[in-house]
Order: sequence, then C-alpha cells, then structure tokens
Amino acid sequence: MTDGAARSGAPAPAIRRDLQIIADMIGPGSRVLDIGCGDGALLYHLVNFKDVDARGIELSQDGVNSCVSRGLSVIQGDADKDLADYPPAAFDYAVLSQTLQATRAPRDLLAQLLRIATRVVVSFTNFGQLGIRWRLAWEGRMPVIGGAAERWYDTENIHLCTIRDFQELCQDLDVVVERAVSLDLSGRARAIARFGPFANLRSRQGIFLLRRQDAPAA
Amino acid sequence: MQADIPGNHVRLAADEPLRLDCGVELGPVTVAYRTYGTLNAERSNAILVCHALTGDQFVAETHPVTGKPGWWDLLVGPGKVLDTERYFIVCSNVLGGCMGTTGPMSPDPETGEPYGLDFPVITVSDMVNLQALLLDRLGIDQLFCVIGGSMGGMQVLEWAVRYPERVFAAVPIAAAARHSSQNIAFNEVGRQAIMADPDWCHGDYLRQGSMPTRGLAVARMAAHITYLSDSALHRKFGRRLQGRDALSFGFDADFQVESYLRHQGSSFVERFDANSYLYITRAMDYFDIASEHDGVLARAFSGTSVRFCLFSFTSDWLFPTIESREVVRALNAVAANVSFVEVETDKGHDAFLLDEPEFATTLRGFLDGAGQHRGLAGP
Repeated sequence: MTDGAARSGAPAPAIRRDLQIIADMIGPGSRVLDIGCGDGALLYHLVNFKDVDARGIELSQDGVNSCVSRGLSVIQGDADKDLADYPPAAFDYAVLSQTLQATRAPRDLLAQLLRIATRVVVSFTNFGQLGIRWRLAWEGRMPVIGGAAERWYDTENIHLCTIRDFQELCQDLDVVVERAVSLDLSGRARAIARFGPFANLRSRQGIFLLRRQDAPAA
Repeated sequence: MQADIPGNHVRLAADEPLRLDCGVELGPVTVAYRTYGTLNAERSNAILVCHALTGDQFVAETHPVTGKPGWWDLLVGPGKVLDTERYFIVCSNVLGGCMGTTGPMSPDPETGEPYGLDFPVITVSDMVNLQALLLDRLGIDQLFCVIGGSMGGMQVLEWAVRYPERVFAAVPIAAAARHSSQNIAFNEVGRQAIMADPDWCHGDYLRQGSMPTRGLAVARMAAHITYLSDSALHRKFGRRLQGRDALSFGFDADFQVESYLRHQGSSFVERFDANSYLYITRAMDYFDIASEHDGVLARAFSGTSVRFCLFSFTSDWLFPTIESREVVRALNAVAANVSFVEVETDKGHDAFLLDEPEFATTLRGFLDGAGQHRGLAGP
C-alpha cells in the first residue's frame, strides 16, 4: 500500500490534542474502524501518516460526504445499530472518539466493539471534572459540553459518565486497560494512574486503550 | 440503424464461443466500443464505464444518431471527474444492445437474417463476460475502476463478484444487488406495450419491414416516469398546459408533462431497437447476485480486496437507498473496504446523469484516494 504523504517524509500536520493521543495508541499498518468519525480528521491522519487501513462510520451524511471526498472509506451508519453486521476480529482497533456519551446503549456498543476489534480506543468527556461538579453543585445547572450546543436540551449527550464510572464498566466487561490517559484541565496529557485519587476531579477527558482478555498483549 | 455506427468495433469469441447463462454458445460476437484518454505504460489507469439500459458507448462525445452530447459528458473528459488526461476510459455497448454490439437486430450467422427472437436470452453476467473479453483484447489485466449507474451499477457489482482480481475499485451508482419485484413489474409493462403493438410482428418486424414504434414509445414513457420523482415532475411541469390557455376536453396533450413524455417516447424510438429493449430489460430482471451464493449476498463478496464506493440518491424510488444499503451491509459483513454516499436531491433515479455537485465532488475524492493507493500519478 502506497502512502504518498508519509513516503515524502513531510511531518504530519497538527491535529487536535485528544486525536493525537489516540493516533499514538494505534500501531502503524493496522486495520482501524473509527465509529463516529466526523469529518475524518483522525482517519485522514492515520491513513496518511501511519499507513493504516482505515474505515469510518458516521451518522451525519455531511460528515460522510466530506470524508469520502477526502478519499477516506466511510459509510453512513448508526453506531448503535450497524456494528452487528461486521464479522468478529475484523479490525485491530476500533475507535470511539467523543461518541460514547451520545449512544443509546454504551455498554452494548463497547461489547460489540470488543467483538469486532482486538483493541478499542475510547475517548470521552469526564463529567466528574471539577468545573462540571461546581456548576451542578453551586449553580444548579447541567453541564453543556461537546458540539455546538448551547443549552442542555440541544446537546447530543444522553449517557454521561465519569472516569470512575468508565473504569467500573471496564471491570464489568472484563477487559484489560492497556493505557488510561487523562487530558487535564489545562490540556496536558498524563497517565491517569499518576493523578492518584484526583484523576476524576482534574481530568477533562479520559482516553482509554482497551484490549480483549483473550487477545495477546503487544 | 446498426451497420453504420461509427467508433471502434471488434470481433470477439471467434475461436471459443461465449457460453451464456442460458446454455447457448454464442460466437463470434461483435463489440462496439469507445475509448477516451491513453492507457499508461503500466496499464493501470483503465476505467470501464458500464452504461445503463438505454445508454451506449458514446459516453463523452456527440452521439452519432441523436446529435446530442454524450450521456456522461458532465463527468467524463479532460479535467473532469473521470479525467481523460489521467485515466483511460473504456465503454462498450452491452451484449444484446443496438449500437453495434451483437444483439437481436444483428444477422444470425446461420440464416443471414436478423436474429429477432431467435437471439438467446442474456444476463448481466453474460454482458460482463463479454466486456472481460474486450479487456483481454485491449491488453488490460486489471481495471483501476469499474463504474456505472442503474443497470451499469449492476454490471459493476457483477464485475466485482466475478472478476475481483481484475478490479481495483468499484463504483456502483443507484444500483442494487437484485432487481426488485416492483422493477420487474415496470419492465413487464414496457415489454407488454412493445409486444401489444401489431407492428412488432412477434419480434420479426425487421424482416416484415415494420417498426413497433408505438409500443416502444409507450414502454419508454412508462419507464421514464420511474427515472424521475414526483417533486421533480412537479417542479418541471406542475399542471401547466401545453401550448393552450384552457383544457381541450379531449385527449390531446393538454398538459406539459404529457407533451414531454410523448416527446421522450417518440425520440427514443429513433435510436433504440424494440427487441433489444425486451432482451436487456429481461437481463435486469434476472439479476440477483445472492441467488448464486445460497441467498447470502455477503458470500458473494467474501475475501474481496476491491475498494467499493456506492452512491444512492434520496429521491430515487426505482433503486432506492435501501438497496444500496443492503449491499453495504453485505460488504461490511466481510469487512470489505467500502464507502457509501447518499446524495440529497429531488431529481430521482436519473440524478446520476445530471449535474449533482455533491455527487461529483465525493466521486472525485474517492477516485483520488483510490488512485493514491493504486500508485497512479496525482491530478
């Protein structure tokens, strides 16, 4: 498989911090399915700079069309419904970037992802972060985070979780957490373990690399 | 209308006849085709364009019979989406057609008379097998891309299933993996209109010196409605009257839409053969990829390395989005490399022939991406 951009040796242009962390978790040359790939920023980076065989599923037709017009392999589909079509272990990685909280059945979805991919990368907004707690506790207002929404009723988020909630879900699903990274309130990335008890308070985002129990470690 | 068709003609299946799905062996077979652009030294830049039911090989040039621009002039040409300065474009008239490729109006070598209904019933896979022979002759082992809309999209799918190693990328547009019951029904109406015309003479009209133009025109009128959409018809014609201020209280073409359809019918018979219409619509009816794979569509694609990009159009009710989605689901089931774009338009099935900027942009992006993976030089 040729890769003009990577072969030319040009440095990869900057992508969003959380997407860069996800990209760093993904092995070069692997097969990747990005669920809720949006405008394809991560996919484009993976295809052109990590020689990845990348596919995407995106709910919005605008997102799909913009991905395909950039030469990415993307279909219109619904993360909650369409993953059942894929065969087991079809991918090395499934990526769920900032999508988990907008799905109808996050636990089922994660189980599906662990069926079709050996490893799953999940990034999500940590609703346990200090600012959100403050807003709810002192102002009595719901968090409005992600997308262009300005009011609670406009957000796509229907299943909010904290880092602690997510860690518990990982235990329930009996998966190996290979890496757990926090993007803190000032945008720095650190291993969640290094935060100690304050991770849940100080992380804006959690980015987890999960592996199926039956899959060999890298 | 056949003998003096300009363009390229080649005699194929002369030594070894083409074995058709119906069991008949046909040969030799003449294929009429056109090419645009230049085949590169690696022979890796060929795109096969598959035409629809009433299309032909004149993709991107003035049509020799109608004098109109090529049917995909919008997309095929220098600097266009199917860039003839970059790709080598091939399009051949399908088996059973009437623009120079062997079909029911060709002379039967045994009698020297037109085949008429003695022509064997053909299928989409027969058409594709003949195209494969043409590519052999042209020295093309692997197509960079095979692309087509409607029945052309059926051929694209058949190519990907039958000759996956000869296809790098496949673009079925407004197509389906099988012809639906409704579509078979529409085709049957068209065929019955032709066969009800006394001038059809049980298919023997060429020898009898007649032409079933009324039947064929009605077939075209009925089919043409299915190529549009309610809203497109309404936008174009509404209930406007044609060349009059009041209803005639008769059966003239009072309405613009009637006049338009009559024109579609009468101009169609100038360029199309009635028996060809019967044979080609039958081939579409018989199309059902899953049927050869225990009814499981995904099995037809198992292990495929072809890069797919499917297109559908929101207002297409002849080959609705759900048909394309079925194919996408089957491709997902084998983890194939697939893109799928549904284009928002009110122009109905015919949208793939029309100016649809979103369609053109995404198709260009897909071809560029595929070209990069194939190692083709950039635009």
